[in-house]
Amino acid sequence: MNGDRFLNRLSNAFPTDRAALVTFVTGGDPSAADTGAILDALVEGGADIIELGMPFTDPMADGPAIQAANIRSLKAGTKTADLLNIATAFRQRHPTVPLVLMGYANPMTIRGAEWFADACVQAGVDGVICVDIPVEEDDSLGDSLRAKDVAVIRLATPTTDAARLPNILKNASGFLYYVSVAGITGLQQAAQASIQEAVTRLKAGTDLPVAVGFGVRTPEQADDIARVADGVVVGSAIVEIIAKHGADAPPHVKAYVKSLSDAIRSAR
Amino acid sequence: MWTESLPFAKRFAHMTKQDKLSNSFRNQPDDRGHFGQFGGRYVAETLMPLILDLEKHYRAAQADPAFAEEFDDLLEHYVGRPSPLYYAERLTDHVRKDAPAGKGAQIWFKRDELNHTGAHKINNCIGQILLAKRMGKTRIIAETGAGQHGVATATVCARFGLPCVVYMGATDVVRQKPNLFRMKLLGAEVISVESGSGTLKDAMNDAMRDWVANVDDTFYIIGTAAGPHPYPELVRDFQSVIGREAREQMLERTGRLPDMLVAAIGGGSNAIGLFHPFLDDPEVEMLGIEAAGHGLDKEHAASLAGGKPGILHGNKTYLLQDEDGQIDEAHSISAGLDYPGIGPEHSWLKESGRVRYDSVTDTEALEAFQLLCSTEGIIPALEPSHAIAAVAREAVKMDKDQIILANLCGRGDKDIFTVAEALGTEI
Repeated sequence: MNGDRFLNRLSNAFPTDRAALVTFVTGGDPSAADTGAILDALVEGGADIIELGMPFTDPMADGPAIQAANIRSLKAGTKTADLLNIATAFRQRHPTVPLVLMGYANPMTIRGAEWFADACVQAGVDGVICVDIPVEEDDSLGDSLRAKDVAVIRLATPTTDAARLPNILKNASGFLYYVSVAGITGLQQAAQASIQEAVTRLKAGTDLPVAVGFGVRTPEQADDIARVADGVVVGSAIVEIIAKHGADAPPHVKAYVKSLSDAIRSAR
Repeated sequence: MWTESLPFAKRFAHMTKQDKLSNSFRNQPDDRGHFGQFGGRYVAETLMPLILDLEKHYRAAQADPAFAEEFDDLLEHYVGRPSPLYYAERLTDHVRKDAPAGKGAQIWFKRDELNHTGAHKINNCIGQILLAKRMGKTRIIAETGAGQHGVATATVCARFGLPCVVYMGATDVVRQKPNLFRMKLLGAEVISVESGSGTLKDAMNDAMRDWVANVDDTFYIIGTAAGPHPYPELVRDFQSVIGREAREQMLERTGRLPDMLVAAIGGGSNAIGLFHPFLDDPEVEMLGIEAAGHGLDKEHAASLAGGKPGILHGNKTYLLQDEDGQIDEAHSISAGLDYPGIGPEHSWLKESGRVRYDSVTDTEALEAFQLLCSTEGIIPALEPSHAIAAVAREAVKMDKDQIILANLCGRGDKDIFTVAEALGTEI
């Protein structure tokens, strides 16, 4: 499906006058019962798009913070059914806020791609980011999602060369997620100049909004990225707040997200 | 002679012609790295350009006679190939004692435990470090379970003067101390992986995390015939020296092919290395042996027997997992078999029916370990001890004039502490 024809909550998630704030938390951390309030805190703090992480035993692309969140979630007994219930309840409370599931191929495809696409539709999920299904293996999940109008959000990285980029952009929808560093989540941030150069290169090839993530922690960093990209993705820093405060995390999460949101709103 | 004095390129040209046959079992994977529904390239986008580049360089190496020459030369003069093909007469006699009249096949071993570093792992490491050199990479990483692949990687890194980082699960660091020290002697930095269960799968996760963060200079030497394409294919090709030699040696010694091949399977590199050159010989039956640990109804590492298809570590294959696709912890007394997945070509060979797969428990493997010690004066590693247990089980059902050939893929020096503990002996 062509990016501009794609119509769901994600289409309206990127304001024209400022960058969108995209926030990630791992579902079920510290427990499935606590995630709803944490998601609400993200929205109240000013997040424009919510990425709900599906926990996995082997999160190969993640750094220590999100690895630990995955383990906490699974140890608390979080199942795929709990994740979908969290999404369904979020959709009821927040009918207009875009919700994206992010995670790894095996939990998404184990019951079949069709099953997962249907589950996304029923839970009101707008898009899916699958870390370990590159465009070369798109048919193992992407076709089923697109057929149900669930956005297939693609990742581009510093190693994505000009030859690969058109394939990644073809059939991408929702937005394009630029992983600004070659590495795992949460560790370091790329230089502003390289981010700006990459966003310019990506935007030359697509009308989709470009959100930039990996290593974004402070309002200042968010502000910098907001000046050059359509969206700023923050994950590990929020997950660390949840690690510290557990079930008492929501007010802390809200305050932190608000600091990011304020910075982004004043960036342009 | 031991090696078809053909360079890689000619071996491949030969293979390609044969493999055009639609009924060949040797024509996998396809252009996308798929073995039927298995295999593939399930990696993060950051790694995708790297594995495409690796594939490009591997194709160039296959077409370059100089690459094959250097590989063959190192295998002969550094590794000590060809490894002998050995008729285990006393073990055969022992098995025949309990066999019905006329039964009890001749038991032969491919002695890959006599390789430099003590296991088949070095074959693959030689091939991959030559590739790394071709690609201009200056830093090597690897994962290891039992430590054999870590030792083999550290060995070739010392030989080629490249820095080496080996990821090893914290649990394995404890149970494979001799290999830990060997790696350090060879100059490798060994990183103990605390995440997850602290075994091979967790070491592989951390090796991939290292790779994704060091894309410019680092070559990842994967130790088994698994991971994203082209790894399962190139590891198989490098390990196929085992089967090529065995096929030639058996023909030379007995004038015929073996009736059955047996090999232990963790990821499955020694097994695919033995099997692959025989796959299109319909008269040769093949048996892969998974680790049944405490039993298939308890904790084990038998992905084919107790798992189902899923996606992990870059490929689709049989995995031990729950209904949500969360990966289960594997268990085997043998650290080298303690992995919840299996190389994708084995998943395909199972589904195609060409290879039969069975399993052997910790207890059976320990008995076989002792049996080989006492009948043949060979201390096997715990990994091939699983194959030996199955050999004894199968040989009694086969006729006396039949031949069963197992891959003795590693020696047991590294395992004596584990075995002593299991037998309740203090050393």
